[in-house]
Amino acid sequence: MNLLGHPQGEALLRFDNLTLGYNRHPAVHHLHGEIASGSLLAVVGPNGAGKSTLLKAIAGELRPLQGSIERSHLDRRQIAYLTQQASLDQSFPIVVHDFVAMGLWREIGAFFGLGRDRRRRVHAAIDRVGLHGLENRPIGSLSGGQLQRALFARVMLQDAPLVLLDEPYGAIDAASVRDLATLVRQWHDEGRTVIAVLHDLAHVREEYPEALLLARELVARGTPADVLSDANLQRARQRAEGHGDDTQAAVCRVDREAA
Amino acid sequence: MSDFLSSLPLFSPFVEFAFMRRALAGCLALSLGATPIGVFLMLRRMSLAGDAMSHAILPGAAIGYLIAGLSLPAMTIGGLVAGLAVALLAGGVARNTVIKEDTSLATFYLLSLSAGVLIISLRGSSVDLLHVLFGSVLALDDPALLLLGAFASLSIVALAVGLRLFVLEACDPSFLARISRLSPLAHYGFMVLLVLNLVAGFHALGTLMAVGIMILPAAAARLWVCNVAPLLLLASATAFAGSLAGLLLSYHINLPAGPAIVLTLGAIYLLSLALGPLGPLASRWRSGWHFER
Repeated sequence: MNLLGHPQGEALLRFDNLTLGYNRHPAVHHLHGEIASGSLLAVVGPNGAGKSTLLKAIAGELRPLQGSIERSHLDRRQIAYLTQQASLDQSFPIVVHDFVAMGLWREIGAFFGLGRDRRRRVHAAIDRVGLHGLENRPIGSLSGGQLQRALFARVMLQDAPLVLLDEPYGAIDAASVRDLATLVRQWHDEGRTVIAVLHDLAHVREEYPEALLLARELVARGTPADVLSDANLQRARQRAEGHGDDTQAAVCRVDREAA
Repeated sequence: MSDFLSSLPLFSPFVEFAFMRRALAGCLALSLGATPIGVFLMLRRMSLAGDAMSHAILPGAAIGYLIAGLSLPAMTIGGLVAGLAVALLAGGVARNTVIKEDTSLATFYLLSLSAGVLIISLRGSSVDLLHVLFGSVLALDDPALLLLGAFASLSIVALAVGLRLFVLEACDPSFLARISRLSPLAHYGFMVLLVLNLVAGFHALGTLMAVGIMILPAAAARLWVCNVAPLLLLASATAFAGSLAGLLLSYHINLPAGPAIVLTLGAIYLLSLALGPLGPLASRWRSGWHFER
């Protein structure tokens, strides 16, 4: 299982026999390889394939059960990570402007003021995601699509070299998906590394130069045309459904003995 | 001038009686210090946790009382130690075991409360117990007022300095944990401020009602505004206005002051439910209204 073959730049992330899981139960097994700096990578796979788990580990929020992830020159706080289930309290009394401005935390921290220049950047980010005129609206009054746009604006201001998006288009309309996908392309053009967990395979084929098919282990990696073949998708479904079998457990026992 | 003021029923009790002025000053300190903490308790959905913590300080205050009688420093230090111990233990258990934060806090506060009642009943009389449970806002002396003022000042400064941190910790805690190392400081710092203000409130209103001046004005103000800064200001103003009205009611109708203050704040909350633009009735009346965007 190898993730080698990155198209450009040097390795930003390096996986070495990476096994991830919860309460000692593995969810992703034995990943090896690299993700190059500047990649635009879609992570796809059936439910329970370990896609979100992989993102969580890349973000540094989950310690590997086995193996390691190397993040070259990247501090955890230089990663912008948009999770599937945000801990955001939508009833919180905060307006869109102040909410989006939190993306500037790395610059202003807890104690410094925004200043005119940064306010301008906050407004520009809000405009860029199509929320112009809603700056003073409480976040609780936003629709699902508008809130997702606000979250993207916050990610934008984080100005992070590595952007992780976990099912970012879950419950939003086609127009919002189109707008936000343009923003993702822009991040890629700016040289950022973007890794997105996605379910819409047509969207992946259209927008992403590279895909990684996961089903508790690596099934395939390459161009979407190669990776998302019927045979690979069928294989991924079978592996995800048959994860409780003894073969996998035997592999892990062998690993432990070898270690 | 003072003759004119003393002729007005609104001012006369405060012009004539020092104990009423002290009570009002104590309530002002609590409105400025404790009420903003109550706003954050509400925003973090921890209102009942605040109530639990107010009971948790009881055994410390009781041990202070056991050692030194009705001594302000002894009961204050005891209350602070007990409150902080329960906050740390409950937080530690919640973070490191399968027990969730609400259950963890409930277990420790129940242990703490029962230990406190036991200690007081072993040594004291029911009058002492009433003092601890219901406070004595009309009997605040200089040291008690100084204590309330000092704790309020500390709270205001801490909230002003760490406002952005506390806002983000309440609004999106996972995001804060991702982008800043100060996330634990925000959580435990807030718990320390909570305990400080509960101990201050306990001297004036007692352990049972100290949380009243935190939560009721916060909940009432939330029904009128939807941004944090105005919410903090309006909640503090509401707390002070309610305390003033409660003290006047207690003076003119001869009611116990603590419950009169908390009931007045409760009445303001009910009124806000009925009239506040974010209350259930207003949203029904204004169902035809809408903004352009």
